[in-house]
Formats: sequence, structure tokens, C-alpha cells
Amino acid sequence: MKTYLLPSLKITVILLVLLSGVYPLVIAGIGKFTPGQGDGVTVTYKGKVVGYANIGQKFTQDKYFWSRPSAANFQADAGAGSNKGPSNADYLKDVKARIDTFVKHNPGVSRAEIPAELVTASGSGLDPDLSPAGAKIQIARIAKVRGLSLALVNNIVESNTEAPFLGMFGPAKVNVLKINVALDELKK
Amino acid sequence: MNTELIGVIFMYLAMVILAIPLGKYMAKVFKGEKTWLDFMAPLERLIFKLSGIDPNREMNWKQHLKAILTISTIWLFYAFFSLLFQGHLPLNPDHNPNQTPDLAFNTALSFLTNTNMQDYSGESGVTYFTQVFVLMFFQFVSAATGIAAMMVVVKAMKNKVTDKLGNFWDFFLKSVTRILLPLSFVVAIILAFNGTTTSYKGKDTVIGLQGDTVHVSRGPAAGMIAIKQIGTNGGGWFGANSAHPIENPNYLTNMIENISIVLIPIALVFALGYYLNKKKLAWIIFGVMTIGFLATAIPSIQAEINGNPAIAHLGISQPGGSMEGKEVRFGPAASAYWGVTTTVTSNGSVNAMHDSMMPISGLGQMFNMMINAFYGGVGVGYLNFYVFIIIAVFISGLMVGRTPEFLGRKIEAREMKIASLIALLHPFLILVGTALSSWVLVNFPNANWSVKPSAWLNNPTYHGFSEMLYQFSSASANNGSGYAGLTANNIFWNFSTGLVIFLARFLPIIGPVAIAGILANKKFVPESAGTLKTDTVTFGMMVFAVIIIIAALAFFPALALGPIAEQVSIK
Repeated sequence: MKTYLLPSLKITVILLVLLSGVYPLVIAGIGKFTPGQGDGVTVTYKGKVVGYANIGQKFTQDKYFWSRPSAANFQADAGAGSNKGPSNADYLKDVKARIDTFVKHNPGVSRAEIPAELVTASGSGLDPDLSPAGAKIQIARIAKVRGLSLALVNNIVESNTEAPFLGMFGPAKVNVLKINVALDELKK
Repeated sequence: MNTELIGVIFMYLAMVILAIPLGKYMAKVFKGEKTWLDFMAPLERLIFKLSGIDPNREMNWKQHLKAILTISTIWLFYAFFSLLFQGHLPLNPDHNPNQTPDLAFNTALSFLTNTNMQDYSGESGVTYFTQVFVLMFFQFVSAATGIAAMMVVVKAMKNKVTDKLGNFWDFFLKSVTRILLPLSFVVAIILAFNGTTTSYKGKDTVIGLQGDTVHVSRGPAAGMIAIKQIGTNGGGWFGANSAHPIENPNYLTNMIENISIVLIPIALVFALGYYLNKKKLAWIIFGVMTIGFLATAIPSIQAEINGNPAIAHLGISQPGGSMEGKEVRFGPAASAYWGVTTTVTSNGSVNAMHDSMMPISGLGQMFNMMINAFYGGVGVGYLNFYVFIIIAVFISGLMVGRTPEFLGRKIEAREMKIASLIALLHPFLILVGTALSSWVLVNFPNANWSVKPSAWLNNPTYHGFSEMLYQFSSASANNGSGYAGLTANNIFWNFSTGLVIFLARFLPIIGPVAIAGILANKKFVPESAGTLKTDTVTFGMMVFAVIIIIAALAFFPALALGPIAEQVSIK
């Protein structure tokens, strides 16, 4: 045992310096040159930080595009999913209630058009995005509440739609915070 | 074909295309041949000199095991006490508290063993010190230990009689400096440029557009996320793991992280081929693993894209598939693909909540962990496969009436006993654990614990049972993912899974290393017409059959009560 004890201790200390000391510090140094300087990328409105681009925010008012439901109530220091199983009866009741709420706030929308993402909780509870369909189905409501033309609101969604990566990989998406900031910026 | 499926296919192809040259490179590293990372050599020499280690002293298999067990014991105590007193240690900007003893026990064992089951949430359950100086450190060294153990077995497969099986410290350190650290560095930089945080600043408080106050957790996450994937660890910086939008900001990072999950496990199979100059054997092993992988990946992707039938009954549309527990930026195909890759390897990171996935996906994920050898963990995945090879050699030898031989060594009673015990240990731990938890739940639902057993489960009936079965499968496979609805941070779960994790890591390292060491000492029998050839498709099918029979017989009843029953009953 003694043959191994001292070398084990020594190599542990040395590797702690290398792997836990030097390695993350070098990454942090390089991180200074990234968008957000390694502190996270923020979004500003009227010169004030109103959130992080990557962190989904709670939007419940009719004048804003709603985010997806969050099992963590959008607490960005405790993100989590609902972990409800697909056959859970109580869970399905919750989803049904969300559909009813959505229909109530978006008169004229038929149930069959509602994409499931708008009534199901995201994995992190902090999903910053919607699919283009999830945003577009809310356009009529927003145009009406804000007294804007459908075309204008539609334009905001389209100009903020991010295509699949390199046009080839993965889904298209729309950042909810960014389109809501774009809506507020119209008010000037 | 849509962009989501193309993304998944691209990930698979990119992974294989990268794994082949990486395997070649790793074989060179362990042979001591020239590589382009030789500039690390002075650093390695310095580390050996300061540690008082002679990297050229060859060890036999017992000495290897002594080294592994000694250093692991030191790490265990270091982690346990750091977590226990983390609240008083530096680098704690968010003022997070100490871990309770049972949680520290579970967390220390979990990270020591490359499992990374997390009964805490990264935002509140650990500090920057314990994240970086304990957990991330373990993500490097536990992976390096796995590779070193595999190298002992590989070295023993060479065709000469010897008890000299290389030097543990040499395998271990080179795994860190030549493989894990450089790859992690590249991945961390890519993450940083895509929005993953790298600075040591604590939580930020912002007032959102609607006027709500939000506290945003941050920290030096990029480095840990890189090694969590590269080293098949899986323990994330944040509680939501790679579903968290800072931990995995976009589809590019998702591809990079997902490729990293499977890269080294597959590369090691090719490394074996190059190292032993038995490329055909490597391809047979890769082929068997791939069939197992596809058999679970395809149904899962299909099920998630098709969506939840129970939701369809509510009258809405599911253009994005089943979206509960998933993120829009990844979509159902990439989430299902990740779920399978993270369970065929012993990674266990998630980019969507497995608890909310379709029962078919859950079935595949649990099945993968129950087999625990299709691709497998860094190093140890191959060790599990090695056990199955030994059993297959023995059985096919008996079937055709020849002496069972593997690579010129007779497989005899002693090796078979060890192999059988190791192969049976895994079902034993999973099934006994699940049975015990079910028994406690049914008989003592209101036991006076901090969390009553009746409050353990997040879902009723079959799915609730699956939560417990998944937890023990994950613990015994050293995977670390979870059906996260299970309330696991309490004495029963912290202790029981901690114990399972410990046994399921060290016995499957000790067993194969012992077998390999014993075999290497035996007389070498040159290949003849009477030899059972192991690098053939027939033998590959034999190994596959052995794996399926052992797993199917052991686990089918439990799976029938969980995901299969749920799948049949969901409407």
C-alpha cells in the first residue's frame, strides 16, 4: 500500500493544480473574448439589461408573445422540467387547462392549430425559444391588443426567425425575449 | 428529409469519422509512438518526477489494481469532506450550504466512479469550489482511470506470455494529458463562443421585460461541460444538465456535445484494433455495438417525432413531436438521439427530461443501461464487453466441442467463474435494488423519514415503477441520468444508489483486469485449424446473442412491469 500512497497523494495535488486551477482559468481568459465576455449574453432595452438571451422569461401578459410553460416558473437559479410521464392523468389535466387558457386568450384560434410546445413544459424550464409556428399563432392576439397591423407583427417574427444551423441541421426557432423587445421598441 | 433527421444522421456519421483517426492516435499514444502532442512530454516527465513515479516500471495485474484502489480511496475522502464543508470553503459566491452526509456520500461516490448521478442541483447544491476542484477534477481522473484499466486488459491480449502489463501511472497520466485535456479544451472553447459562461461571477439579478425579478445562475461552466461529455461523466454544471440553455445554447453546441458523448468510447474500440493489430476484431465489436445502438435509437426517434397519443387526444397538433421536457432548439429527433447515446455509453447527461419521454424511449434507455456494453463508458464499456466475449467464447466452445480459446489463451473454470459473477452482478444490483425500493414503498409508505416513501414518485402506476427501475439501472450502469421526477435526495436513495454505484464500478474493473492478467500468464496456443475464430461475423452474432439472452432473461419481467406496460396502456 505504501508504495502507492505517496505517489497517489502527490499526483493528485499536481493534477488538481493543472486540471482544476490552470484549465478553467485559461478557459475563463479566452472567455473574455467571447460575446458576453464569459458572463452570459444579455439583452438590453432602453439602455437597461432586461434579461439574458439564452434564458427564457415569463411572459403572461397578452401584449407579449408567451413563452412555453415552465415547471420551474422561470427561476433561472433553479431550472427544471416537470418530469411528468406521458400517461400521467393529472398531468394531462394540466395540459388541457393550458389549452383552454390559450384558447380563451386567443379567440379565433382552433385547437387543432395549437402546437404542443405552447402547452407543454420545457426540459430546463428556461427554454428561450418558440418554433415559428408557436410564435405565429399568437400574432393575431398581439396585433389586436397593441393595435398593430398583422403584417407588422408577422414581420417581427419572421425577421427574428433563426433558420436551422447552416440551413441543414435541426429545427428553426424564434427567441421570445428578442421578439418581445422588438415589439416594445415599436412604441417609441 | 427534414433538417432534424439530417442533423441526427450527420451527428452519427461525424462521430464515426472522427472516432477512427482518434482511435489510431490513442493506440500510438499508448504504444509510445510519435504523435503531434509530444510537446506534452516535458510536462509529463515533470509530473512523474515531482510525484516520485517511475513510469517505465512495468506492473502485473495485482499491482495495477492496488494503484487504482489506493488513489481512489484518497479521492473518495477528499471529495466527501470537501462537499461536507463546502459552505465554509472559498469560491462560493452564491452562499450555497454544506451537503448533508448522505448526499455527500452519494455525490462523492457518484463522481469518483464516473457515474455523476446528481441528487442535488448544481445551482444550489454545490459551490464553485466543489464544482471545479472536486467534481470536474473527478470527471478527468475517473475517465482516465477507466482508460488505464482498459489498457491493462488490452495489453494482456497481446500474444506473448507475460505478467508485465505496463505502468498504471503512465496509462493514467497520458489519458489525461494526451486525450482528455486537449479534447475538452477544444470543446470548452467552442461552448464559450456560443454563450456558455466561463467567468467566476456569481448569480446576476435582472428585472425582466414584464417587471419580474430573475436571479440568473452562472459560473465557470464551459470547462466542466466539455469534460462531462468527453469523459462519459454526464454531471452537468446546472441542474437541468444539457437541457439548460447556458449549458447547451444552440444546435451547434448540441451536436458538438452529443458527438463528444460517444467519441472516446467508440475510438477506444478502434484503438484496440490498432494497438493489437487486430482491426477486424475491432470492426466486429463495433458492428455488434452498432446493431444494439440502432435497435434502440430508431424506435425512440420515431416515437418522439410522432408525439404523445394522449396529447393528440386533447385535440391539439404536435408538429414538433412530443415536447414535454424538451427544448425547442433541439426538437424531438435530437433529443431522442441524445437519450440513446447517453445511455449506450455510461454518460448520463441529458438534453431533455427522460422522465417525460415516450415509454418506448424509456424502454430503450433502460435496456441500454442494463446491457451497459454497447459502446459503453470510457474504457469500462469495453471491459463489460470483454466479459461478454469471454462468456461467448466459452459457450460457443462447448457448442462445437472445442477447447474455448480467446486470442490464443485457454478459457478455463477460474476465468469463467469471474466472468459469470461480473455478468450477474449487474442484474443483481438493479433488480434487488428496485425490489427493495418497491417493497419499502408498498409496506412503509408513511415511514417517518425526511421524505416519506409515498412522496418519492412523481408519477403514478407503471411510470412510477419505471422511475425506480431507471434509478437503479442508472446507478449500476454508472450512467448517472435519471427519471428526474424521483425524489432522490434523501437517505434511502442517497445511500442505496451510492452503494450500488460503488460496487458496480470497482468489481467490473477488478474482474476483467484479473481475467486478463491470468490469461496473459497462460501458455500461448498458436492459431490452428481447430481454433475458434473470434474475428468473424458468426462470432459477432454469438456475442450479440449472449448479451441479449443474459439481458432479456434477467430484465424482461421488470421491463414488462414498467415501460412495456405503460406503452401498451397509453391511449
